[in-house]
Amino acid sequence: MLNASLKELSAALAQKKISSAELTKLFLDRTSRLNRALNAFITVEAEKSLAQAHAADELIAKGEAKALTGIPVAHKDIFVTKGWRTTCGSKMLSNFVSPYDAYVIERFNDAGAVILGKTNMDEFAMGSSSETSFYGPVKNPWNQERVPGGSSGGSTAAIAARMAPAATGTDTGGSIRQPAALSGVSGLKPTYGLVSRYGMIAFASSLDQGGPIAKSAEDLALLLNVMAGFDGRDSTSVERASEDYRRDLDRPLAGLRVGVPKEHFGQGLASDVGKAIEAALAQLDKLGAKRVSISLPNSGLSVPAYYVIAPAEASANLSRFDGVRYGHRAKEYRDLADMYFRTRAEGFGAEVRRRILIGTYVLSHGYYDAYYLKAQKIRRLIADDFVAAFKQCDVIAGPTAPTAAFKIGAKAADPVQMYLNDIYTIPANLAGLPAMSIPCGFGKDDLPVGLHIVGNYFSEAKMLNLAHQYQKATDWHKREPAGIRP
Amino acid sequence: MPLSLEEVRRIAELARIGISDAEAAAVQAQLNDIFELIGRMQRVDTEGVEPMSHGQDLKLRLREDFVTERDQRERFQSVAPKVEQGLYLVPKVIE
Amino acid sequence: MKWEIVIGLETHAQLSTASKMFSGASTAFGAAPNTQASAVDIALPGVLPVANRGAVERAIRFGLAIGGEKVINRRSVFARKNYFYPDLPKGYQISQYELPIVKGGEIRILTKSGEKAIRLTRAHLEEDTGKSLHEAFRDSSGIDLNRAGVPLLEIVSEPDMRSAEEAVAYARALHFLVVEEIEICDGNMQEGSFRCDANVSVRRPGGPLGTRAEIKNLNSFRFLERAIEFDAKRQIEILEDGGKIVQETRLYDSDRDETRSMRTKEEAHDYRYFPDPDLPPLVVTEEWIERIKQSMPESLRAQRDKIVELGLSIQQANQLTGSRNTSTFALPLLVDAPPKERPILANWILGPLSAKLNEENLDIKDSKVKPDLLRALSKRVSDGTVSNSSAMVEILPAMWNGEGSPDEIIEKRGLKQLSDAGAIEKIVDQVLAANPKQVEDYRAGKEKAFNSLVGQAMKATQGKANPGQVNEILKRKLAG
Repeated sequence: MLNASLKELSAALAQKKISSAELTKLFLDRTSRLNRALNAFITVEAEKSLAQAHAADELIAKGEAKALTGIPVAHKDIFVTKGWRTTCGSKMLSNFVSPYDAYVIERFNDAGAVILGKTNMDEFAMGSSSETSFYGPVKNPWNQERVPGGSSGGSTAAIAARMAPAATGTDTGGSIRQPAALSGVSGLKPTYGLVSRYGMIAFASSLDQGGPIAKSAEDLALLLNVMAGFDGRDSTSVERASEDYRRDLDRPLAGLRVGVPKEHFGQGLASDVGKAIEAALAQLDKLGAKRVSISLPNSGLSVPAYYVIAPAEASANLSRFDGVRYGHRAKEYRDLADMYFRTRAEGFGAEVRRRILIGTYVLSHGYYDAYYLKAQKIRRLIADDFVAAFKQCDVIAGPTAPTAAFKIGAKAADPVQMYLNDIYTIPANLAGLPAMSIPCGFGKDDLPVGLHIVGNYFSEAKMLNLAHQYQKATDWHKREPAGIRP
Repeated sequence: MPLSLEEVRRIAELARIGISDAEAAAVQAQLNDIFELIGRMQRVDTEGVEPMSHGQDLKLRLREDFVTERDQRERFQSVAPKVEQGLYLVPKVIE
Repeated sequence: MKWEIVIGLETHAQLSTASKMFSGASTAFGAAPNTQASAVDIALPGVLPVANRGAVERAIRFGLAIGGEKVINRRSVFARKNYFYPDLPKGYQISQYELPIVKGGEIRILTKSGEKAIRLTRAHLEEDTGKSLHEAFRDSSGIDLNRAGVPLLEIVSEPDMRSAEEAVAYARALHFLVVEEIEICDGNMQEGSFRCDANVSVRRPGGPLGTRAEIKNLNSFRFLERAIEFDAKRQIEILEDGGKIVQETRLYDSDRDETRSMRTKEEAHDYRYFPDPDLPPLVVTEEWIERIKQSMPESLRAQRDKIVELGLSIQQANQLTGSRNTSTFALPLLVDAPPKERPILANWILGPLSAKLNEENLDIKDSKVKPDLLRALSKRVSDGTVSNSSAMVEILPAMWNGEGSPDEIIEKRGLKQLSDAGAIEKIVDQVLAANPKQVEDYRAGKEKAFNSLVGQAMKATQGKANPGQVNEILKRKLAG
């Protein structure tokens, strides 16, 4: 059951081979055994999960099961969840029990899914290693001395360690794809606007996008069916007809043009990763796809532009954490100003404080044009690069991250090195394009490598088709880490 | 152009984040590394390029003018640090 | 003239929507604290703003009224204005900065030297902040977020006013425009629905603009006038003593009738405006503007001219179009009435009806006497059934008290005029016989005596006789 696909789990539930309560208990037990070692979950509340599972079992008994009825799903602790503590990986929200549900949580509840728990993450999603969490770093199930990637590292580690069959994540600069690659699982960041951001605690509003994390592309398609949809409470939610993202999974790849950006294979790409990606591209050739060399000339500027835009938006988004209406408030203070200074210095960790300072600076008087406006113009150039590229190809493929998982603490002291981890993933966020990562082999030290797939706007079905066909021909996504030390 | 310690303190003040002198110096070094990275942007000519401030080129959708919310004060204030008579309390603001 | 005062005004008009600028919470005034503060208004983690069409429509109306289509930006942008204050839950205010919805336009005011156009710089949409209550607790301030998110139109004028009087004339004209003409604001200044900040500076006539002080908290026209006068005097005194004006924000203290510096705002502001990534650009289409144009009420000036054309005096026309509700009440009534009833109706509305409304502190739209009843009564005066005076003195108050239609009241109270010539003649004969002295005086040329005889005759009929008829018969008899 731990290795079953969502389709298989649904069938087992429908055929009463297992009840949702039993299935939920199975994953809860595994979580309680492994979480101390991996720290993938911040909050687990078995009673709440089991209550939902029992309700799901009743629906199944009545023959009223929906897409995910009875299936446990782990949620990144960035999605506010009614009645559940929702921390966003921060001390600032260590006592925050949400009075409402995020859109994504509503959708999973409506589909009958069981909330398995809230997963660990970089504080306010700011990080690429899941080390900045107030609740301690997440460990990579493939090698516990390594990071799982971030910021959705709790969710990807949970999938890799089979602590959950499905999970949610969010991606601002690669926070679903990079940890999916480093943890050896599949993750999809949809087109900006496809999944409502309502109730998803904002990091950088124009870049943030929620998406699914699972073992396979087929599972991702099923999860995206649940997550995608128009929501009037998010002014950036796109109004369009709903799709079945599974519809093209079985289409052959013959003739599909796969663009390979030459800029993503230069200096900085580790050779073991490069080798795995080359093999994956060769596999796609074998499946009938047509390889096209493309250029994304401005992609080298994506990290600098991102580290202006994302902190700028974050600096404003995080101003609401002031200790007045909810969340942490300093115990002692002299006056109002002192309350603000102490509350925010105590409540935010070092990386979050650093990014707020960057954002405040780039927006401040005299610097706006040189930094913020400049970055927005470069953002346009990067988006235009993709427009040109998609005239030559249907999807773009390359490495998700320049290296496999690095050691915990290795980059913590050097923010710039950490930031460069997202060099291949950030351009899709800046352009608002859908992108995903799927396991495509192993590099040095048997650490997983991820293949990055970027599609044109709203072409998720096409990307999932490519990924599924690849996964039918390979078994990288079925490998599971051995010997997790509990 | 490197950030001075003075500037680090000024932005920490604007952002309402308390910062000690030792922290300010450490942060200054890190920020300068980051701004060196960010500074690469200046090499590109962006004359005449339309700035992109949203994830997609959408138009604002408008909501009809109806009252759809009911009073949820009790629920919202159950997570508030300090409340009295339905008001959120903060240290006295002197005007 | 030694010094010239230069004034520009920034006015916050609360738009009269049912719900807030970016949330579905109610904007009703006076609710218990924080009961109208939704998740969006208190800025819970994860919430997002969704803009209110009603607020945008009102801003477009304003643009059409002060400059027409050309002053409405077809694309405008919401921006975040960043600062920390406990009544600002998000730590930023959503406003419009580089691209406001309205740019340009003008307001015409009447000054001693004639009509003057005050140019407008811009008008933009934004959300209000909450309220801090400093008095209720000893060591704490209480924060009420009911007002947070209420839609505002901030209207910024050019520094085109040259006296406190002109500034007040502008503020009044603007108030009249938004409240009565285009009905986008309830205008209640006590409740803060219409607030003015004044930018005041002084200079030598023809010289460059001086350094300005921004005066806040002007919640009445009188305070606006007093504050400008005080501060201009203060500035002139400083300059004449060889001093310099500091650019600063000052607060008007109505108890002491003075302005004083707001020391808490001494920290240099750096609002770090940037486009709000949660809100795509606001696009206004030509069709939408056209629809709003069609739905705009006729201007009160046009309605005043119509009333003049109906044969009423310009003074009466001005009064009858002094508010949207008065005009809405009066104009259809006057248009519908035959010409000779129009002055009667106008007099009633401006006289006894208005007195009753004042007495009970009612708006004319809530008048207890509706237009159709008034019209039924004017018919009875014009056909001679009742006299104008008994209509005004007796029937109108009775209708106000809910005693029924004019006909019912006339019947019940026996107010029908005596129009039988024979009966009146008899009474006149009796009056003449009983007052030989007055008859003699009249014949000796004392006109006053005639009035006395009319009075006696009216009294004898208990006021029911048609006074015109009594006059006529008396004159004939006395001549005979």
